Amino acid sequence: MKKLLVILLLAVVAYSLGTALMSVKFGENRLGNVQDEGTVSAFYLNNTPEKLSVANVVTAIVVNYRGFDTLGEVSVLFLAAMGLGSILYHRHKEGEEEEAILKPSSQLIQAGSKLIFPAILVLGAYVFIHGHLTPGGGFQGGAIIATGFLLMMMAYKDYKVSHKVLTWVESIAGVTFAGIGMWGLIVSQSFLENTLPIGALNNLFSGGIIPIIYIAVGFKVAAELTGVLDTLLNIKDKH
Amino acid sequence: MMFNVIVILVLAIILLAAAVYAVAQKDLLYAVLATGVISLILSVFFFIMQAPDVALTEAAIGIALTTIIFIITIRNTSRREDEVPVEHEPDRVEKESKIIKQ
Repeated sequence: MKKLLVILLLAVVAYSLGTALMSVKFGENRLGNVQDEGTVSAFYLNNTPEKLSVANVVTAIVVNYRGFDTLGEVSVLFLAAMGLGSILYHRHKEGEEEEAILKPSSQLIQAGSKLIFPAILVLGAYVFIHGHLTPGGGFQGGAIIATGFLLMMMAYKDYKVSHKVLTWVESIAGVTFAGIGMWGLIVSQSFLENTLPIGALNNLFSGGIIPIIYIAVGFKVAAELTGVLDTLLNIKDKH
Repeated sequence: MMFNVIVILVLAIILLAAAVYAVAQKDLLYAVLATGVISLILSVFFFIMQAPDVALTEAAIGIALTTIIFIITIRNTSRREDEVPVEHEPDRVEKESKIIKQ
């Protein structure tokens, strides 16, 4: 009965939203014609490849034009991971009996995950190193690497990641991001200013500070999400 | 062109069915798996609508990480969704202990 009411309520909300949005044509370009100079999208699409040598315009917007927002996003993720860790992290004491909540996996899964784990890491690293050339970037690559570690944690009951190493990786990546921002402030009076040479379009070493920042973001996100998953998997059963 | 429309329609119907199933299912494990299916189809939709960046994010976070975090939470709490939570029945423990004594 309760479920029925929930579905009914959702249907009413969907109907009212649908009638409100029915006049907007699906897939229509509402930001103005890209060919029309003077719109924001036209500015980004026309100027990014020449001025920044970045093939992926989304990356250019996220890291260069809106770099300060990205720093804020990374801080939000860091605060979320820190809050979760401060509530749930359980340090293993000496001589304490360990009771894992996971059952051991079958041999097939163990062998298969050992085989596929390096490939996942390489894919994640590829996604964030080539963030300015192909779709993807630091957040996506970091999440892919975290899923690789998750696979190993689930396949091997006693697979441990060192929280000390994770903390260091995360700190160094965060300091790199903020340090590049401060360097731009010192050199050309603007936080996160793109001060390095931009190189040629479609080269790996192009885009100035964009690849460096995305590599730092990738390491940071991977370390944070791996730490969150490890903390969650090691919750002690209270009962 | 016709083929694309049919594929998108079938995917959209599966998406809606999975969403309704996730709300209606009492067993939370199956509900979480249904949300994983929703993320999978959404990521295909993002790719069709030429947003590969968002599709990658949805694939990595929506399908793998969120689902696993929910499953871990279910492991540590309870799998069935009860109509009345235990806290709202203060005399249930007494009743059960009486039954055991008898």
